[in-house]
Amino acid sequence: MATKMLQRYNERERLNHWMVVLLFALAALSGLAFFHPSLYFLSNLLGGGVWARILHPFLGVAVALSFLGLFLRLWKDNAVTAQDKLWAEHMGDMMRGDKSAMPPVGKYNYGQKMVFWITASSLLVLMLTGLVFWSPWFAPYFGIALQRVAVLLHSVAAVALVVGIIVHVYAAIWVKGTMRAMTRGTVTESWAKANHPLWHQEMHKRS
Amino acid sequence: MASMQSQDVLARSATTTPSTQVRSAVAQVAKLIDESKCIGCKACQVACMTWNDLRDDVGTNTGVYDNPSDLTANSWTVMRFYEVEPKPGNLEWLIRKDGCMHCDDPGCLKSCPAPGAIVKHANGIVDFQSEHCIGCGYCVKGCPFNVPRISAADSKAYKCTLCADRVGVGLEPACVKTCPTGAIGFGTKDDMVAYGEKRATELRDRGFDKAGLYNPQGVGGTHVMYVLKHADQPDLVGLPNDPSISPLVSLWKGLAKPLALAAMAGAVLAGFFHYMKVGPVEDKSDEKEGA
Repeated sequence: MATKMLQRYNERERLNHWMVVLLFALAALSGLAFFHPSLYFLSNLLGGGVWARILHPFLGVAVALSFLGLFLRLWKDNAVTAQDKLWAEHMGDMMRGDKSAMPPVGKYNYGQKMVFWITASSLLVLMLTGLVFWSPWFAPYFGIALQRVAVLLHSVAAVALVVGIIVHVYAAIWVKGTMRAMTRGTVTESWAKANHPLWHQEMHKRS
Repeated sequence: MASMQSQDVLARSATTTPSTQVRSAVAQVAKLIDESKCIGCKACQVACMTWNDLRDDVGTNTGVYDNPSDLTANSWTVMRFYEVEPKPGNLEWLIRKDGCMHCDDPGCLKSCPAPGAIVKHANGIVDFQSEHCIGCGYCVKGCPFNVPRISAADSKAYKCTLCADRVGVGLEPACVKTCPTGAIGFGTKDDMVAYGEKRATELRDRGFDKAGLYNPQGVGGTHVMYVLKHADQPDLVGLPNDPSISPLVSLWKGLAKPLALAAMAGAVLAGFFHYMKVGPVEDKSDEKEGA
């Protein structure tokens, strides 16, 4: 197997990513427990309702802070460009299995960029609104009317984030050869050529 | 309060199946607070702290009679004093005993995420089952009357129980028992509505032409009602004019829940079936190169 490998994520990026994953899983599961009675059982994963209530906000802050590390590294690569529009127009074809009309993409395609920005913006909303009703530390400093707005926005942002992450995970499962970018740091030459041709070119120019 | 096994539970927080429903009939109860008979002696506050074994911290004098100055986790009822001029030049000193209204449609119960931490008993009493409380403070956001308080000692929510423990064994609430002027009445909801209307009529005959019963329908009526001298302006004594559960809370705890579940479960199912229909994006050239 003389398949050539390209470095997509370095060690720090990978560890940062997986730290976000673990913290997000705990924060999301405990948060969902409070959102719907049918999901309350999830609070047991953190030691029951009271422990889930105590830990959830700390986990949330930890998710936001650890994501900040990824954000600072990756936001430039996720800036939306003019070519992304064309990609978005042909997204339907791609989903039906026809990639012929897809324009060449760089390190990230438009879908990946959207997941990135949904994650970043919903984490920001979650963090800000969460502070408003963090009981018992901060909630007493805010009025009840504001807290009502905050809990609603917190839920909306949380659902947007969870759906975004479901898309993120599915995309990694769907496009074979992707997962190793985050587990091993490298992807195959042909994976890069097929899925991110402009990034592939760039990598060769650099070396 | 802990649960009262002798009574059915009409509604239970964060619970999607019916609660206990087998018993035949329990009368709906209500407390009626007659503003015009209250002398502000605070015996009800003392009775409440005595019966419920609560002792609040010694507070500070805020320049008015209100003491403590607000409801707390240890003060489930407080007298509030208002100097108002309903008509210009006509000063009135109004006194209201504040506490949980025991709404028929309780916003606290609707907001609570902990199964069984808030229940509405068959007799209409809305009670916090503190052993199930997780201390999130959602009840505070749900309440249209700003009543629940989270204790700094144990991070659990507390409020007036309407002496569910006393009422459950045929006694009146401690505040009712104690009131020296008969300003606090207790009985079936129907009787208290009838008596309240009668008192309002008497007050109207004596010159309080806007006197009336405060039993706000925006929350389905309440099991704590007031006879107000100025029922056209409940805000004179710090009561909301037309209370209801905030639309934000209704959206959050109503439509948002099934929509969000559908969105999240839908995303997972869509991915699953998409994979089964279209199949993965595979790196076919690799196989050739590798071969």
